[in-house]
Amino acid sequence: MSWTALLALAAGTYLLRVTGVLLRGRVAMPDRVQRYLDLGATALLVALAATAALIQDGGFAGWARPAGVLVGVVLAWRRVPFVLVVALAAAGTAGLRWAGVP
Amino acid sequence: MRSLYRTIGRSELRDALALAAALAIVGVSFGALSTAAGVPPLMTLALSLLVFAGGSQFLVVAVAAAGGSPVAAVVGGLLLNARMLPYGLAMGGVIGDRMPARLLGAHILIDESTAFARARGDGPRARTAFWLSGTLAFVFWNCGAALGMLAGGAVPDPNVLGVDAAFPAALFALLLPSLGKADARRVALGAAAVALVATPFLPAGLPVLVGLLGLAVAGRPR
Repeated sequence: MSWTALLALAAGTYLLRVTGVLLRGRVAMPDRVQRYLDLGATALLVALAATAALIQDGGFAGWARPAGVLVGVVLAWRRVPFVLVVALAAAGTAGLRWAGVP
Repeated sequence: MRSLYRTIGRSELRDALALAAALAIVGVSFGALSTAAGVPPLMTLALSLLVFAGGSQFLVVAVAAAGGSPVAAVVGGLLLNARMLPYGLAMGGVIGDRMPARLLGAHILIDESTAFARARGDGPRARTAFWLSGTLAFVFWNCGAALGMLAGGAVPDPNVLGVDAAFPAALFALLLPSLGKADARRVALGAAAVALVATPFLPAGLPVLVGLLGLAVAGRPR
């Protein structure tokens, strides 16, 4: 790895971050556009969570991970505190892996 | 700053710490992996501090370890981070009103701080949640990376601890309140379906972006 590549990635990533933030502050957005921007963030986060739950290196991640995530989702649905949701999702997956589930 | 401090509830702090702790574990494995891949310590730290986006950090280290082209590494990393732009568009008003706050806040704009803030609407509580979760994530992630560099080969695979399930579970939990509305639910289902179907055909990062197509089923506002 070169410093040029590292700094290019850092600068590019910051530019991606700051562009949206500054645009939102500068330009007056009609309500309809704001609604789509908010729904867009929801769409991206759900797409990220879904792919992170099921996919590893372009293929199925195995059963242990989605099973743990499902435990977390059910607990969150039942309004269990967030800390427990995170801990028990991890524990579920770790337990299944320990038992030999991929 | 004092008003920010005052609005931090104990539950907010606890939740943000839980997420930051999980990030720290992944940070440790990043530090160890990067060092094992032969990346000099100063570069590993710089990656962690200046890029501060886990997926792209792992990607460039993997490309470097495999002797791949640096251009491909940078392009792949930026593709993974492209979702930050729409995050910023959605979060600009939450992050701050003044320029210095916006410029600084942009650097701690990550999946976790975005989801954490959005779980608390868009008022002062959301702003507090953003800065709290983003700052803790930044500190824990980078301390983790430094620790991983020192520990090197002694670091276990974080998947043994199930940390890879903790992140999607945390994101889903944080998204649940905003899925109370029917249009958001439709968009969410559409986004997840499109992203999963697209995964076998597209390079990393793009499936999440095409999840934006879920907006097509947003329908009319009520």
